[in-house]
Amino acid sequence: MSKVDLAQFHKAFHEESLDGLDAMEQALLALDEGADDPELINVVFRAAHSIKGGAATFGFTDVAAFTHVAENLMDEVRSGRRPMEKAVVELLLRSGDTVRDMLALSMAGQPAATAESQALLAELSAMVSGGSAAPVAAKAAAPAEAIEGWDIAFRPFDYLLKTGNDPARMFRELAALGPLGVECDASKLPPLADMDASSSYLGWTLRLDAGATRAAVEGVFDWVDGDCDLTLTPRIAAPAPVAAAPAAAAPPRAVREPAANSESSSVRVGIEKIDTLINLVGELVITQSMLSQFHDGVDASQLEMLRHGLAQLGRHTRELQESVMSIRMLPISTVFNRFPRLVRDLAQKLDKKVVLDLRGETTELDKTVLEKIGDPLVHLVRNAIDHGLEVPSKRLASGKGDTGTLRMEAFHRGGSIVVEVADDGAGLNRDAIVAKAIQRGIIASGEGMSDDAVADLIFEAGFSTAAATTDLSGRGVGMDVVRRNVMDLGGTVGIRSVQGSGTTFTITLPLTLAIIDGLTAAVGEETYIVPLVSIVESVQVKPDAVRSVAGGGELFRFREHWLPIVRLFDVFGCAGRRRALDEGIVIVVEGEGTRIGLFVDELIGQQQAVVKSLEANYRRVAGISGATILADGSVALIADVTGLVRMQGRRKAA
Amino acid sequence: MAKILAVDDSASMRSMVAFTLRGAGHDVEEADNGQAALDSAGNHKFDLILADVNMPVMDGITMVREIRTRPGYSGVPILMLTTESNPEKKMEGKAAGATGWLVKPFDPDQLLATVARVLG
Repeated sequence: MSKVDLAQFHKAFHEESLDGLDAMEQALLALDEGADDPELINVVFRAAHSIKGGAATFGFTDVAAFTHVAENLMDEVRSGRRPMEKAVVELLLRSGDTVRDMLALSMAGQPAATAESQALLAELSAMVSGGSAAPVAAKAAAPAEAIEGWDIAFRPFDYLLKTGNDPARMFRELAALGPLGVECDASKLPPLADMDASSSYLGWTLRLDAGATRAAVEGVFDWVDGDCDLTLTPRIAAPAPVAAAPAAAAPPRAVREPAANSESSSVRVGIEKIDTLINLVGELVITQSMLSQFHDGVDASQLEMLRHGLAQLGRHTRELQESVMSIRMLPISTVFNRFPRLVRDLAQKLDKKVVLDLRGETTELDKTVLEKIGDPLVHLVRNAIDHGLEVPSKRLASGKGDTGTLRMEAFHRGGSIVVEVADDGAGLNRDAIVAKAIQRGIIASGEGMSDDAVADLIFEAGFSTAAATTDLSGRGVGMDVVRRNVMDLGGTVGIRSVQGSGTTFTITLPLTLAIIDGLTAAVGEETYIVPLVSIVESVQVKPDAVRSVAGGGELFRFREHWLPIVRLFDVFGCAGRRRALDEGIVIVVEGEGTRIGLFVDELIGQQQAVVKSLEANYRRVAGISGATILADGSVALIADVTGLVRMQGRRKAA
Repeated sequence: MAKILAVDDSASMRSMVAFTLRGAGHDVEEADNGQAALDSAGNHKFDLILADVNMPVMDGITMVREIRTRPGYSGVPILMLTTESNPEKKMEGKAAGATGWLVKPFDPDQLLATVARVLG
C-alpha cells in the first residue's frame, strides 16, 4: 500500500488554516457590527469545518477536537437554531486565537491541548446545546456473531445506475469477502423498444459463503442505501463470547507557552503577475534574437535598427524588473486586517468608542516590509487609542461626537509608500511633553521650539519609560523603538499634532528593500554606496572646525554639535587618496538617532542600487550591509550606517 | 490508469489527495470549488470525481447536481469527501447524484482503497 508521508502537507495546512482564521475573524467582526449576511456565517463555519477536517486528516487530534465543537456551535447558528449574539462572537473570536496557538504548537511537534484550550473547549461545549466535547465518537463494536454466510436479496431502484453505482462492481466487492453465488431476476425487463439503457431493471439473489461481519457486507451497499430494496440475512452458527473493546487512550494534555508565529517564507502570487512575467520574458527573447543579428558587426544602414533594438531591450528590462519586484509585493490589507479586532478589544477595555477607518488597503508593499511594519503600527494604534482618543464624556464636553475615529491609510507618494495613523483625539500636550523632556534631560528648555520639534521629542530614546506607560500602549517600549524599527526598513516616521483635534503619524517606507537610493562615493580605488535615507548632509570640513580628542578620535563641528569623524578607508582598510579633511568630503549620516561624519575622497553621484547579499555570497562584514554591481560591471559595497554608528560607539567606549 | 478530478477548497487536502492518487499512477486534475470543477469537466472527460461538500463559490452538492446534467457524466462515479457524518448530508448528496462518499478524516490507504472500490 501507499507510504505517503503526510508531514509534507503540514505547512500548506498551517498556512491555509491561518488564512481561514483571518477570514473567520473578519467575518465575526462584521457580524458583531450588525452585518446581516448569511455568507459571513458560512465563512466562519467553513473555516472551522476545514480546519477540523484537515487537522483530523493530518493527525492533529487536539486541534480537530477543539474545532469540532466550534463548528457545532457555528452549525447551530447557520441552521438558525441560535442567534449570532455577542457572547457567541466573543467566544468564537477567542477560539480563533486559541486555534492559532494550537496550530503553532502542533507545527512544532508539541501537544496542542493546553490548560487554556481545555478551559475554552469547556466553555464552547457548555454553549453548544446538549454539548458533548467528544470529537469523534468511537463506533460501538457490534456484538460478535458467529456467522457462516449471508443470503442477500438486492433490487436496485431504476435510477441506481445514474448515481454512478454499478451492481457488477458491488458483486466483485462481495466476492472479495468469500465465495459468491449470483442469481439474476430479469422478470421486470421491459421490451427492448421501451428500454432505457441508463435504467436498472434487474434484481439479484446472492449467496455469500463466508463469515463476513454485518458491517463488511453492509459496507458494500452503504452508498446505495435507500436506492434499492435490500435484505441481508445471516446464516448463524453457535454464539461466541463478546470481546471487550480496549479503553480509549486519554488525550494528551500539556501546558505550554504558545509558540511564536513564524514568518512564512513563501509568497502566494496572483496568476496575472506570473503571466505578465512570462510575456515579458518572451518579449526579451524576441529582442535578444533581433539584436543577435548584429553579432558580426553593424554597418551604417543598420544603425537605426540597432538603436531601436537597444531601446526595446532597455524598456523590456525595466518592465521585467518591475514585474519581478511586484511578485514580492502584497497588499497592505494583510497587515491592516488584524486591526479591527485590536481596535475593538482595546476600545472595549478602555470604555472608549472608536470607529476604525481603513483606507488604501490594496496598496502593495514588499513582503519583508509588510512583515516588519506590523509591530510599529500596532504600537501607534495602541498609543492612539490609549493616549490620543478621549473617553466619550470628555469628547462630548469638548464639543465632539462621543465616538472617536482612527484612520489608517496607505498610499503611494513619489517612490515611497506612506502609511498614516491618524486619530481625532486630544492631540499632543505641548507643555506636558516639554516638561517631561526637561525632566528626562533631553532638552534644557522648550523655549523657541516649534510645535513640530516638540512633537518630535516623543521619538527620543529615554522619553518614554516603563514607569510612565500604562499596561496598554506602554509595555516598556517607547516611540523611539517604533522609529528605529521603521528606520531599519529604510523608512521615516513623522508626527503632526493639533492640540484638541488630533494626532497623525506618517510612516514613509521604501517600495522595496531590494533596491535602495544611494549616494556613490569614492575612497581610493573603491566605490561605496551610502543609503540616501541615512544622509543628513554632505559638507567640506575646514581644519579649524576639527578637534582631536583623547584616544586619537577626531570631532568636527556640525551646526551646534560636535560629531565624530569616521574615515572609511580606516574602517575598511583600503587606501584613500585624500587624507587631509579639507581635501575630501564628509557625509553626515544618522543611524539610531546618532550622527557621525563619514570621510570619503569624493562624491560621484546618486543612483539606484540593486542590493545583493554579501552574507549569502561571501560572509558578513561589519559596517557593510550588502553589495551592488555598478554600470561598468564593478562591485560597490553598501555602507551599513547603523553598523558604522555602533562601531564608532564601541570605539569611543573602548 | 484513471483520470481523476479532485475538488476541495483546502489546498492541503487537495494536494494530499492528488499526491496519493498520482503515486498510485492516476492522472489527477485539481479544482478548488464546484464551479472550477464544472469548468474542468467541460474540458476533460474524467473517470472519477472526488469532491468536498463545503466549498465557497459552489458547494459540492450543487456541483454534483450540475455535473449529472452534462453529457457523458450521467454514470461517472462521483465520491463526496465529507466530514458530515450526519445522514441528511449524505442523503442530500445522493439525491443530487453522488455515487458514494469518503468520510474525513481518511488516510492515503483508505483513499486508495475507496478509489479502487469504485473503479472496480
